[in-house]
Amino acid sequence: MLVHSRRAKWAVWAVFLVLFLPLFALPLLVVLGASFATHWSGVLPSGLTTGHYRAATRGEALQALTTSLVTAVTASLLALATGTWAALAGAALKKRHRRLLDALFVLPVAVPSVVVGLSVLVAFSKPPMLLNGTRWIVILAHTVLVTAFAHQSVSAAITRLDPAYEQAAASLGARPAYVLWRVRLPLLLPSLTAAAGLCFALSMGELSATMMLYPPDWTPLPVLIYAATDRGALFAGSAIAVVLMAATLLVLFAVSRVRTRASYR
Amino acid sequence: MAEAVRKPRVVRGWPRSSPRPFGARLLWVLPPVALLALFFLYPLALVVQQSFRPDSGGTSLQPYADVFASEAFRHALWTTVWLALASTGGCLVLGFLLALVIAFVPLPGAKGVARFIDVYLSFPSFLITLALLFIYGTTGIIGSFQFLTTPWGVLLAEVTYFTPFVMRPLLAAFSQLDTAQLEAASSLGARAPRIVRQVILPEALPALAAGGSLVLVLCLNEFGIVLFTGAKGVTTLPMLVYSKAILESDYPGACVVAVVNVLISVGLYGLYRVVSRRAGA
Repeated sequence: MLVHSRRAKWAVWAVFLVLFLPLFALPLLVVLGASFATHWSGVLPSGLTTGHYRAATRGEALQALTTSLVTAVTASLLALATGTWAALAGAALKKRHRRLLDALFVLPVAVPSVVVGLSVLVAFSKPPMLLNGTRWIVILAHTVLVTAFAHQSVSAAITRLDPAYEQAAASLGARPAYVLWRVRLPLLLPSLTAAAGLCFALSMGELSATMMLYPPDWTPLPVLIYAATDRGALFAGSAIAVVLMAATLLVLFAVSRVRTRASYR
Repeated sequence: MAEAVRKPRVVRGWPRSSPRPFGARLLWVLPPVALLALFFLYPLALVVQQSFRPDSGGTSLQPYADVFASEAFRHALWTTVWLALASTGGCLVLGFLLALVIAFVPLPGAKGVARFIDVYLSFPSFLITLALLFIYGTTGIIGSFQFLTTPWGVLLAEVTYFTPFVMRPLLAAFSQLDTAQLEAASSLGARAPRIVRQVILPEALPALAAGGSLVLVLCLNEFGIVLFTGAKGVTTLPMLVYSKAILESDYPGACVVAVVNVLISVGLYGLYRVVSRRAGA
């Protein structure tokens, strides 16, 4: 609608593809290609092998995958519960208080994740809350980091919610708890699953805070990828990275399948 | 991240009134706020406290004096700021151009491109650096010219990774732009560059401001990209926090750098919230 002549249109598309493909598609393809290779000094990778995948799906790497999955699922669920609770409770507040609550819960986005890691390390390395060296310190940091995103997306969804449904339910005599459980939460379910997917993806790829905190027996996938590339094993690292991407996408796909009657809105 | 940049659409209905008294409503907010205070605010306060406690004991401004005096810190501060500003500028220009094409010169398969961006946003940032290591690394596709160990490599990686964060709000803003405006301008004889400058750009400014400031904050806080380049020459503030705390065990120094980094980022993020609220109004 902006460009009318056919030739100009093709020119614009060509420029678009020249910018878009090398910048965004190429990195992912390169990682994918490298994961099957042992050498890459020409245009295409050479020495094709699936050996990296055999290594990336057993032993240390398999353990890291479970570690990442357990961490991400636990952190997402905890963050979703806290964020949703705060968003629901905040929606009933006066505007001034709600603003304050929103600002408070959004703060972890603005604070660098490395600093979140450092602060958790400083606070929970001594009694009475000695978590340093356990898996809980990693899960805790991930939860803090993703709670902000859960709260933000759920509270945005609450402001979009049509109040007529809950008012109708309340006028028919439903108690607040019943309204919450049978009307508001089902209506919010699509955004809750979207928020869960977002939290999961963020937690799966979290590196900064994890690097500050991870104990030797709780090594998530990003740390393992870093360790591999740091010692020069770039091709093995790529295979683990592909496993990470595939696991994230699979879970995101599964989460997006959770549809309810409310999703037609 | 998606929801963070999308502004909520407020449904104007009846005022939502709760039968519960105000005090009870405040009480319901307490549990999540208490959790946040215990696991986020209290640790942050401890970091601030530790930044005033040098290893020699007592409470003093000594750690601040030491850190501010060090060449490494000033260099890292400068690198962080200019890298973040340059990346944001690059993301804005590139994101605007790409979003413009997707929205107004519809490509066959533009939906697929939009979905690809969603997927792209769910991947961690260090994957980009990993890919760049193959392309520009020492035994790479293009060959070794030590490009990645300079700030320019970090800049390229940050622009690549963060541009979709600008495109998302822009695409949302463009989808609300009335096509009739463009057609009116076009029928009055305006050529494409003029339509972009005088019709589309003013409409896109709020989204550009919101996306740009979000990217600026994310770039200031970026760690994975810098860590993966393995460049000794490129030290940003988050990198300095990590190396001081984990590699040198200099906790007071790490806390000082952390406080500076938090002040810059939170200040900018506050600005972002104000700007995006203005834009939403």
